[in-house]
Amino acid sequence: MKRRDFLKSVSGLAAAGAVTPAPAIWSAAKADARSETLLIVSESGPNNLDIHGVGTNVPGYEVSWNCYDRLISHEMKSGPGGVPYYDRDKFKPELAEDMNVGDMSVTFKLKKNAKFHDGAPVTAKDVKWSLDRAVSVGGFPTFQMGAGSLTKTEQFVVVDDNTVRIDFAKKDRLTIPDLAVIVPCIVNSELVKKSATEKDPWGLEYTKQQTAGSGAYKVVKWTAGTEVIMERNDAWAGGPLPKVKRVIWRMVPQAGNRRALLERGDADISYDLPNKDFVELKDSGKLNIVSVPYSNGVQYIGMNVKIAPFDNPKVREAVACAIPYQKIMDAVLFGLAKPMFGAAADKATEVAWPQPTKYVTDIAKAKALLAEAGYPNGFETTLSFDLGFAGVNEPLCVLVQESLVQIGIKTTINKIPGANWRTELNKKVLPLYTNVFSGWLDYPEYFFIWCYDGKNSIFNTMSYQSKAMDEFIHGAVDAAAVGNAAKYDTDVKGFVDLAFKDIPRIPLYQPYVNVAMQKNVSGYQYWFHRRLDYRALVKA
Amino acid sequence: MLTMIGKRLMFAIPSLIGVIIVTFLLTRALPGDPAAYFAGPAASKEAIEQIRKKLGLDKPLIEQFFRYTNDLAHGDFGNSLTTGQPVATEIRNRLPASAELTLLGLVVSVMIAIPLGVLAATRPGSWIDHLCRVTTTAGVSLPVFFTGLVLVYVFYFRLGWSPAPLGRLDVFYSAPPHVTGFYLIDALIARDFETFRSALSQLILPAATLAVFSLAPIARMTRASMLAVLASDFVRTARASGLSRSTVIVTYAFRNAMLPVITTLSMVFSFLLGANVLVEKVFAWPGIGSYAVEALISSDFAPVQGFVLTMAVMYVLLNLVIDILYGVIDPRVRLEG
Repeated sequence: MKRRDFLKSVSGLAAAGAVTPAPAIWSAAKADARSETLLIVSESGPNNLDIHGVGTNVPGYEVSWNCYDRLISHEMKSGPGGVPYYDRDKFKPELAEDMNVGDMSVTFKLKKNAKFHDGAPVTAKDVKWSLDRAVSVGGFPTFQMGAGSLTKTEQFVVVDDNTVRIDFAKKDRLTIPDLAVIVPCIVNSELVKKSATEKDPWGLEYTKQQTAGSGAYKVVKWTAGTEVIMERNDAWAGGPLPKVKRVIWRMVPQAGNRRALLERGDADISYDLPNKDFVELKDSGKLNIVSVPYSNGVQYIGMNVKIAPFDNPKVREAVACAIPYQKIMDAVLFGLAKPMFGAAADKATEVAWPQPTKYVTDIAKAKALLAEAGYPNGFETTLSFDLGFAGVNEPLCVLVQESLVQIGIKTTINKIPGANWRTELNKKVLPLYTNVFSGWLDYPEYFFIWCYDGKNSIFNTMSYQSKAMDEFIHGAVDAAAVGNAAKYDTDVKGFVDLAFKDIPRIPLYQPYVNVAMQKNVSGYQYWFHRRLDYRALVKA
Repeated sequence: MLTMIGKRLMFAIPSLIGVIIVTFLLTRALPGDPAAYFAGPAASKEAIEQIRKKLGLDKPLIEQFFRYTNDLAHGDFGNSLTTGQPVATEIRNRLPASAELTLLGLVVSVMIAIPLGVLAATRPGSWIDHLCRVTTTAGVSLPVFFTGLVLVYVFYFRLGWSPAPLGRLDVFYSAPPHVTGFYLIDALIARDFETFRSALSQLILPAATLAVFSLAPIARMTRASMLAVLASDFVRTARASGLSRSTVIVTYAFRNAMLPVITTLSMVFSFLLGANVLVEKVFAWPGIGSYAVEALISSDFAPVQGFVLTMAVMYVLLNLVIDILYGVIDPRVRLEG
């Protein structure tokens, strides 16, 4: 098969076995298509092309990111291992050509040459309609907007055809960064309004099936659960014209087959392979493998502090001393994660998150602590995990189970199906479990508001409530809003120290995003949403 | 004949009503809260409630049921939440993919299994009988996903003879104009032989996987049934009358041995539809089985109900066809029916 021979020659792959040439059914046109097309394989695909839709899944975010523009985006910097990494603190204009931050508002001037895919110019009216939509549709988009204190439609003001002003509800450091996440994307309001109905005033049904943005790519074909085909928008005004003309994104449920497709050179990129496969692919050296830690993300063991015996801090500390940290790193993750334990005893707390705890596996100490807490013979409990991520969670829980038995804590492993996981978390009745949380906005206080704050959000899975903690968190939020660096630093160190002392959740590691691509594919960028940005990718 | 078909279809109605009620209740009894699942990772309690309202899941069960049956009566199977598409459209698009694969697998299997079974029966104890035994035992003891993965490993990964296991067509081909939904047939109608070739080469491995799995029951049943018929009086009479060996075997023995084989075939077909789920997963086949499993995993009610209902209708039709076939093969059945 000539197509494959051709691929071999461009990607420099060694022949993986005998290839018997078959009569060619291959034409020059097809070869061109191949070199200008990026073939991505992943386990699952989008269920909605619009991030404002009801229950849009994470693959859907990737479509939105590439097919819609925001007013602003982030600059790139060099991240871990030299991988281009979004710069949290530097913004660059995307649809806006100019951003002017005032005391209680920010004003954007729109690029005059920006056009939607159907050729209509992007106007201030579109911007207002889109932001109104994001704060009004409810569910996740509205919630994410709220995280940056963007909650009311009155906050978005059309100044003239090319100028929009956003009024701040209050001083909040997260407002501007929240305008650069995926949610506040600009939608072609005139086009979508045509399909809006009384029941569906925001035209969600229309944008579910087709993209109506001004982004660098547009969806030309979408077969749910099978493939998404995107083509470059040659009139894109948001940045330099992307190199890849066409993106074909195929769903291949079987991880082994995704790996085979990569190794045979048929697929260009895949990013959800088991850690073991990534390590082996890395060692074989045939592909480019990029591993970057999740920004603001931690896998942890959580304990419900409202349920005995985990209401006793000594018990929690005992568990933290009995976790087989290094074994988890080696046997479950094959080293593809950043340890969040075992910091040197004299290491000062940093103004950063995530950062490692000082806990190490110390069974003797754990036993002593447990005896001190009044459980010299241990106790019985359940250890729960989300089956949706069984590849990591299951071996991790088995190791924890084996280790806890040594201090007398007998655990029964409780596997919860993915569909049921969030319901169970929401009930806050699981005594002991493992989970992962990561926030889009990479600020320590953002993580802590979600996970440790007394208002007990769904991600405060431990039901941890502490006055001192709340004071530190809100102190840091307020200090950040007015730029009081000294107070901010004290408060961040304060809440990190308290979280490690009270230890309602035990940080284990920062997971890695693993992306495998052919040697001739370059330009991968790490983004807070951890999905692919096709606009920077290059296929040689 | 027509009255028989009409009667049979009448009998099917109560079972279909039963299927509708049971699937509705079962999907509701599944653990998992679709509203929480679809509210996304950062959802608050209020966000989940908003979603629940949007999905109509806050209404009492009985009201949900009447809404569901009313929609069904209008041919509306509801919307899938995982894929975001109407269930009826999805099933219509995906059923041909599964059917094409299953039928081809079955045809391949029958073409190998029946001659093998007949030969084994006419020469019991010979090498061909042993071959039959070994193949069928091996086939039935290999789980389909395993056979599928081995075939992919050998023929795609190691040898490179087979195209990438990426579904019904190579990435750079587009589907032939829709007539039947079967790519092989549609490509021939459009006289697009390149697409036909591509579709066929994508089909070979998954169809072979299904064929290996279904060889055993068909071959064993053919052999057993042929042996019984060959030992019967009328075959002895036919032999004694000096009829040629082929006439005895094909005209007299084989036709009479077909009835149990046909019954087995219908059972194997239903097996295959089940086995399809795994094969579709392995070969990224956009069929109906993988669709239903995805939906089940995410507690997506509508596609599961739609899938079970479609399958129920298909079984009713399949059984009807088998019954009619009985009549064609054996006139005695027709009289009794």
